[in-house]
Amino acid sequence: MTEIPVPRDIPLPLPAPEPVLIAVLVIFFLMHIVFVNFMIGGALLTLHYELRGLKEKRYDKLAYAIASTITANKSIAVVLGIGPLLAINTIYTVYFYTANALTGAFWISIIPLVIAAFVLTYIHKYLWHQMDRVKWLHIAIAIVVCLLFLFIPLIFLTNINLMLFPEKWGTTQGFFSALALPNVFPRYAHFILACPAMTGLLMVWLFRRRSAQEIEETGFARVELMRKGYQWAFWPTSAQFLVGPLAMLTLPQVETNLHAVWAVFGIAILVSLGMAHLMFAETRRPAETIGKSFLPICALMLVVVSLMGVGRHLYREAAVTPHRELVRAKTQDYMRKVEEANRAVATKAPAEKTQ
Amino acid sequence: MDFPVFHLDLLGNRGLIATIAILHVLINHGLAVGMMPLVAAMEWYGNKKQDPRWDRLAYKILFFCFLITTTVGALTGVGIWLSVSLVNPYSIGSLIRVFFWAWFTEWLVFITEVCLILAYTLTWKKWSARGPEWKARHIKLGFALAFFSWVTMAIIVAILGFMMDPGNWLTDHSFWTGVLNPLYIPQLAFRTPLAAAMAGIISMFLILFFTGKQDAFRLEALRAVGVWTLVFAPFVLLAGWWYYTSVPEAMKDNLAVSLATMQFAEWQNKFLQIAVVTVITILLVVQVAIARPNLLPKVALVVPFVAILWMTGHFERVREFIRKPYVIGQYMYANGLRVGDYALLQRDGVLAYATYSNPLTPAEQAGLPAGLSGEQRDALLERIQKGKDVFMDTCSRCHTGHGMNSITGHLKRMFGDRPWTPELTAGYIEGMHYAQPFMPPFPGNAQELQWLGAYLEHLQNNTAPIPGAQTAGVIVNGDAAPRTATTDIRKETAAR
Ligand code: HEC
Repeated sequence: MTEIPVPRDIPLPLPAPEPVLIAVLVIFFLMHIVFVNFMIGGALLTLHYELRGLKEKRYDKLAYAIASTITANKSIAVVLGIGPLLAINTIYTVYFYTANALTGAFWISIIPLVIAAFVLTYIHKYLWHQMDRVKWLHIAIAIVVCLLFLFIPLIFLTNINLMLFPEKWGTTQGFFSALALPNVFPRYAHFILACPAMTGLLMVWLFRRRSAQEIEETGFARVELMRKGYQWAFWPTSAQFLVGPLAMLTLPQVETNLHAVWAVFGIAILVSLGMAHLMFAETRRPAETIGKSFLPICALMLVVVSLMGVGRHLYREAAVTPHRELVRAKTQDYMRKVEEANRAVATKAPAEKTQ
Repeated sequence: MDFPVFHLDLLGNRGLIATIAILHVLINHGLAVGMMPLVAAMEWYGNKKQDPRWDRLAYKILFFCFLITTTVGALTGVGIWLSVSLVNPYSIGSLIRVFFWAWFTEWLVFITEVCLILAYTLTWKKWSARGPEWKARHIKLGFALAFFSWVTMAIIVAILGFMMDPGNWLTDHSFWTGVLNPLYIPQLAFRTPLAAAMAGIISMFLILFFTGKQDAFRLEALRAVGVWTLVFAPFVLLAGWWYYTSVPEAMKDNLAVSLATMQFAEWQNKFLQIAVVTVITILLVVQVAIARPNLLPKVALVVPFVAILWMTGHFERVREFIRKPYVIGQYMYANGLRVGDYALLQRDGVLAYATYSNPLTPAEQAGLPAGLSGEQRDALLERIQKGKDVFMDTCSRCHTGHGMNSITGHLKRMFGDRPWTPELTAGYIEGMHYAQPFMPPFPGNAQELQWLGAYLEHLQNNTAPIPGAQTAGVIVNGDAAPRTATTDIRKETAAR
């Protein structure tokens, strides 16, 4: 039988009150994730439209318009990820570092994989027109970018999941065994579906404010472009009503009660229903009124995303709190022993210390 | 001990960090901190002279930097974190707790920097087309970007400086005493002109790509950037000297060990030689670029560039001198153990407090002496297992089994093909911090020294790579802990 490890924490105080660190973690992480959604969704939509563009040229232009957004979004996504990383390092030191080490090879490969994805994204964007004559190669690059962007989040998710379950640490051997823990794939599906949905909203925002001349150049009417955006937002969001609860129900049971978590996710589902309703209504609107509900939809999305962030945090706390108390007790006990041993040495041989 | 041990037996753990960090420093200094002011200056100059060729060149160089810094540059920055937290979670975890707000501020500045470089690059053509007022605004944006790049570096250097010399932090544990350590200003003063000179050399190289051979502008541009480089070169030397003379003060505790003094003197001599070679090559090449630009081949510029790299690399090693055997001076050794933990660990042993054990793979179990009974074999394997745990917890942050800076390499050099029995090795390890000032004292107890000896002896006959927790996983040690804190532990904690 494997035992549940109880490591000691780093014996230095937290650099700020815990609520502050939690706020940094939750708020900036959500901002980070939104841009990651734009980036991944952007890559997927670009590929989709570029393929359609093979038959109908104007889709190629649309693909290019979406591809142009990825480069800025990806830079913002990366830089916004650092703050939450700092915070998670302090609040969940033991849990996070342990999960990292146990999946170390894949964890560190995030760096070269992201570099490769970004470089290819640049090539794809900036050589778009030069590569017209080798379209197959250009599309192949887009496919590789999409595969990379689909794989990298899985590494993060596996880590974040593994860190919650100390009882699994003793039996985890590398990334793939951590991947096999329950709940990884439902959560992954939940995340991936959010990418086209968020990017759909980004499309609406983008084409709502483009000048008439820029819209003209794409070969589509503004209403068509906006409708496409809403469709991307609506259909994946509808699927979330299945995938979301599945991700929730496959969350491993923990000792503490989860009423608060269920309540938060429950409210999120209700709000999402309202939001999905508005999205659907928008897809049916004519040119004159389309976009009327855009701001309410964004506001509701913000609420849903925030609730997701809060629910996620509450679950994480529920999962680790009992174990964290053990860690705390063990750390204190150890530090007492350290002090005692140092006192013993100091009284026994004060001279030795200066060596 | 408290974290599963990530381990790379070929490249070495420090090799991983070094590879990522060197790449990052190179890009950060050469393409961001030093280059952004140069690009902004080019744009300003082109605007002043109303010479669009400068503008085009500046944009091309900027675009190149944009591509590299927002991919390899940004990600290697994150990579330093990820790799250090894999290799030495104790040190980075402690540093973040002390320096959270410094890093947080640095992060805000970094966000600003990223937004500025996006804005500066992506608005270049649009704003330039909108007339002189917007052009002036764009140039200001460039200088703002240059400033923020420098501030990012200034904060990082504070953190690096602290790791070398924590000054008074140990006694009053405050943030500012950590930041304002004695090496801070000299180090910053050194890195600033170094970055500018590096950028000069790199852009001379880029100019050769971005301009035609017959182009008269090529000569003009090379000359101007050559002057830029020459202006900064003396400051590199001056500030380098300043930094270099501040170092002995900072490492006075280490210099108490005569061997460290010897090694440091060696380092100093080598540094002087490299610095002289570097400066001479820079001067020569830049002279040619200024006086006879059309005679300058591309490869010629590679020479001063490599020289600068060599000098920077050698210079960065000074950190090791000052820091060793610590990872956070006087507070934590490079093996991740706190100085204050030693009394306890040397009494009770390291393994008594280790949360995990590092299982031997079947390949690692090969090579046992022939003719052992089953029982003897098991007993020996148990000793080897314990010895491996001691090795992983106390040596593996710096040594591999068979790769870079490998323990077997050292033992072979020291003891040749004689059997590396515990009798032979234990004595050395007990005093290893005297023999090699790079190394912390052995943290375990006498029994563990014997186990480690048994393991080292085994390594002589077994060359299987030592796997880290990322492939072999861990075994959780002893006293089964219940999943939930029992009520009395809770009460106990509450009472404290
Ligand atoms: C802080 C990092 C660090 C740790 C921890 C460390 N070493 Fe070393 N060790 C070094 C360095 C650096 C050298 C010198 C390498 C060189 O000069 O090429 C070295 C050299 C050695 C040598 C060769 C010494 C000589 O005189 O040539 C031996 C043997 C050795 N280490 C054994 C150990 C053992 C056993 C442990 C664990 C108990 C250990 N080291 C822990 C950094 C470390």
